[in-house]
Amino acid sequence: MNNLAVFTKGIFKENPLFVLLLGMCPTLGVTSSAMNGMGMGLATMFVLTLSNVFISALKTQIPDNVRIPAFIVIIASFTTVVQLMMEAFTPDLFAQLGVFIPLIVVNCIVLGRAEAFAMKNNVWKSLLDGAGMGLGFTIALTMLGSIRELLGSGSIFDFKFIAGDGILIFILAPGAFIALGFLIALINHLKRAGIKPAPTKDNK
Amino acid sequence: MDYILIIISAVFINNIVFAQFLGVCPFLGVSNKMSTAIGMGFAVLFVITLATIITFLVYTYLLEPFGLGYLQTIAFILLIATLVQSIEVILKKASPSLYQALGVFLPLMSTNCAILGIAILVIQNDLNLLKATVLAIGTGLSFLFAIILFTGIREQMELVGVPKGMKGVPIALVTAGILALAFMGFSGLV
Repeated sequence: MNNLAVFTKGIFKENPLFVLLLGMCPTLGVTSSAMNGMGMGLATMFVLTLSNVFISALKTQIPDNVRIPAFIVIIASFTTVVQLMMEAFTPDLFAQLGVFIPLIVVNCIVLGRAEAFAMKNNVWKSLLDGAGMGLGFTIALTMLGSIRELLGSGSIFDFKFIAGDGILIFILAPGAFIALGFLIALINHLKRAGIKPAPTKDNK
Repeated sequence: MDYILIIISAVFINNIVFAQFLGVCPFLGVSNKMSTAIGMGFAVLFVITLATIITFLVYTYLLEPFGLGYLQTIAFILLIATLVQSIEVILKKASPSLYQALGVFLPLMSTNCAILGIAILVIQNDLNLLKATVLAIGTGLSFLFAIILFTGIREQMELVGVPKGMKGVPIALVTAGILALAFMGFSGLV
């Protein structure tokens, strides 16, 4: 697989949220606005990229039996870095995202990529994989956040273009489930309609 | 009375899945069959209570006095992972029947965000040990309650014709959304 494919597969073909269905909790919890979704996505991307790089660099040193605890320590360290940095530089966003920032540790995407990719590939590819997956996650969260913010308060990134209150339910808890449900359904539908010719191209 | 209120509010008003979005992965993952859903629910109840007590004690008597609060995330996740491992070993020896029922779900516990989430929330909200324990039990019960309700609906849904694109996770998410809507009716109860 060439480098470009390693990078872009996280954005479309193996998008962690829409296709692999990983990382549901932060997705539902923080996407009440586009800004929050993007902030959470970027924080996850940071942890994902750096932990992938470190794990890949240390892969010959980590004994196989204790690799999961070793991954967790590395991931938790970077999560703490993000947590402290956000608390210092973006206190408002940090307050909005709340408990979901430390919970990046238990995000299945990060541990999943460490185990499935970083442990088997070199540092450069792991960096691209982490950045690509992180970008895919950020795009997905920003998209869901924008949809919810648009329906719920008639604005995107706080830029208001529909007067009035909007459908309040979409910024509240039930809207998160419903909006994500329909978004994944739409993507499933597009995939069935559009990607059919792709496998034959891949085979040749 | 305080403690009853904590439990009621954890189960109905701030339901862990429908209001706080913690533990959604196992909630969606194992809600296909009632027997596994119940097993998962009890495993969460069991682990969340023990994990909250242990992380609370470690934070109050070890991390805080030595000014190591910033190690919270690392310490908690390692404690939870170790705890889950030891529970697995102890259960295997002490109570094989319980191990049979909960064993397969235990490894999933260390990446369950509900467990780490409650451990962190307890510290953030400055609860005392007793209140923290009650909150943990309430949260475990709320997960059990949510997953049983949801599995009941999902089992029925297997028999219904759902549009192709909506099959599987999408329709499950929409159903969860409608359930969450119902749970919003409880707000203002306490």
